[in-house]
Amino acid sequence: MEEVKEQVISLPRLSEPAPAFEAPTTHGVLKLEDFKGSWLILFSHPADFTPVCTTEFIAFAEIYPELQKRGVELLGLSVDSVSSHIAWVRNVEEKTGVKVPFPVIADLSKEVSLAYGMIHPGQSKTETVRCVFIIDPNQIIRTILYYPLTTGRNMQEILRIIDALQTTDEHKVATPANWKPGDMVVVPPPNTQEMAEERLKQGYECVDWYLCKKKL
Amino acid sequence: MACISPDGKPTESGTKMLRTVNSGHGSPEEIAKEAGLPIFRVRSGLRELTQAGLVIQKEDRYNLTEKGAELAK
Repeated sequence: MEEVKEQVISLPRLSEPAPAFEAPTTHGVLKLEDFKGSWLILFSHPADFTPVCTTEFIAFAEIYPELQKRGVELLGLSVDSVSSHIAWVRNVEEKTGVKVPFPVIADLSKEVSLAYGMIHPGQSKTETVRCVFIIDPNQIIRTILYYPLTTGRNMQEILRIIDALQTTDEHKVATPANWKPGDMVVVPPPNTQEMAEERLKQGYECVDWYLCKKKL
Repeated sequence: MACISPDGKPTESGTKMLRTVNSGHGSPEEIAKEAGLPIFRVRSGLRELTQAGLVIQKEDRYNLTEKGAELAK
């Protein structure tokens, strides 16, 4: 019971600095600060040589070129050894032809898993659930997704979130439900009555003063 | 380690980084661009090369040591 309490306390939150770490990976020992200046997707999977995780690794490898175009690096994690990770990614390449180009943390100590709240004892006491932490170039957590052990992640949604976050940062706008690049974006709501009245004269597509969209 | 093999010799990426430093590119950003390596690999690799005594850091730039220069040939 005490173990569960500790894990809940350490859950990170949006818009807070990502917990620092130094961890062994398939690309050597990496620190969070090594990624400063790049976007980073830190994701966990339950275990090497398991079926859903294998489909996810193939899918992450497939979107890697698209992520690179957006200045995003990928970093996987599970509570397995470096040797196990190496054997698994080599097996994936041998059996499917897909090379896994990103590093994978071997978190046998669970230090990173606990710092990021990746172990949910209701799902598994020893394995990490399917977490996704999107960390910006200033190392601030911008998005957190949790998926259960049985549900593989949707790569297009992860790409969509990256596009939405980068659009928000560049243009100071929000993105509506089901937004995708090229769609209209939401203009931030006005803070005063005067601004609300002015908003309706600015040529935006408005449902009312609090919901206006524009093309970029 | 990614840049130094267990026998103490630089790996392919380690040698690539040493040669890039040898050609006058001293900051991690320059090395990443010239060597075509991700910046995180360069930062972690420079840590390993420093620990192995192959490069030394002066402010935010790196230079080869005598041993590093020998291996960069």
